[in-house]
Amino acid sequence: MIESLGPHSGFILAAYAASVIIVFAVLGWILADGVLLRRQMRDLEARGIRRRSARKAATANAKVSS
Amino acid sequence: MAIIDLANPTRFMSLTDRLLPWLWGATVLVLGTGLYLGLFVAPADNLQGETYRIIFIHVPAAWLAMFGYGMMAAAALGTLIWRHPLADVAAKATAPVGAAFTLMALITGSLWGKPMWGTWWEWDARMTSVLILFLMYLGLIALWNAIEDPIKGGRVAAVLILVGSVNLPIIKFSVDWWNTLHQPASVFRMSGSTIDPSMLYPLLISAVGATLLFLGLSLMAMRNEILRRRIRALRLVAAASPVGAAA
Repeated sequence: MIESLGPHSGFILAAYAASVIIVFAVLGWILADGVLLRRQMRDLEARGIRRRSARKAATANAKVSS
Repeated sequence: MAIIDLANPTRFMSLTDRLLPWLWGATVLVLGTGLYLGLFVAPADNLQGETYRIIFIHVPAAWLAMFGYGMMAAAALGTLIWRHPLADVAAKATAPVGAAFTLMALITGSLWGKPMWGTWWEWDARMTSVLILFLMYLGLIALWNAIEDPIKGGRVAAVLILVGSVNLPIIKFSVDWWNTLHQPASVFRMSGSTIDPSMLYPLLISAVGATLLFLGLSLMAMRNEILRRRIRALRLVAAASPVGAAA
């Protein structure tokens, strides 16, 4: 495979490797950021701090179940 | 449903939640097909040999570097004219993804330039203007992080994005306006592409796949940004009111 890429195979492979590293670095950062933010949101909700829409939904559910 | 309804953050979160798995599936399929055709099926170039195969990642990355900034410029208009919060979210979320693709274009271009031109870097118009684009992405990311109020930061960034968009035609036409090492446009030309279809189709398929990848990453980053602003709003309201009352 590497031989079939000719005398500049190192440059070709390095270009693709760098691209893969950059894409996965951005994807990893976005995923880690999302996990952190969802954890922060759960912590706030656990303390009873919710958005108005979430409070309305919770109230409606409580009325239906009572 | 009107298009403006889709710009509602809650509806956007619900829509992208359903859309993203399909988008990632399409990305793997289309980008995988394009790169397979480019690396294993397309013939070698008669001048550059196998080295030209860097084109299948370099050119899509370079196109998307400019596409990302174009998207940010459109979003900046949405911020300044309609004051729509999702427009600012889109601009801010696209910046790191655009910066990553610009860096990819710079690195792969350098790795292509060394064996073909004999140099890693040349301060010619095309390369320098793309480097400026990368620095503008970084500057905008720093600006958003420096201003605590996201609404205020978004408006300042929107003005800077629109000023910086003058760089896009400079990048595009730099190879026509100045003598550069970089070759002139060979895909989208008035007289038709100069690339053989056996190489052109894998390149276009790779470009579509890379665009899907760019959109997938941008949509995920937008979801994060919406969540970040909701958390900030909840914390501000919680700090100013008794426990349990929030935005």
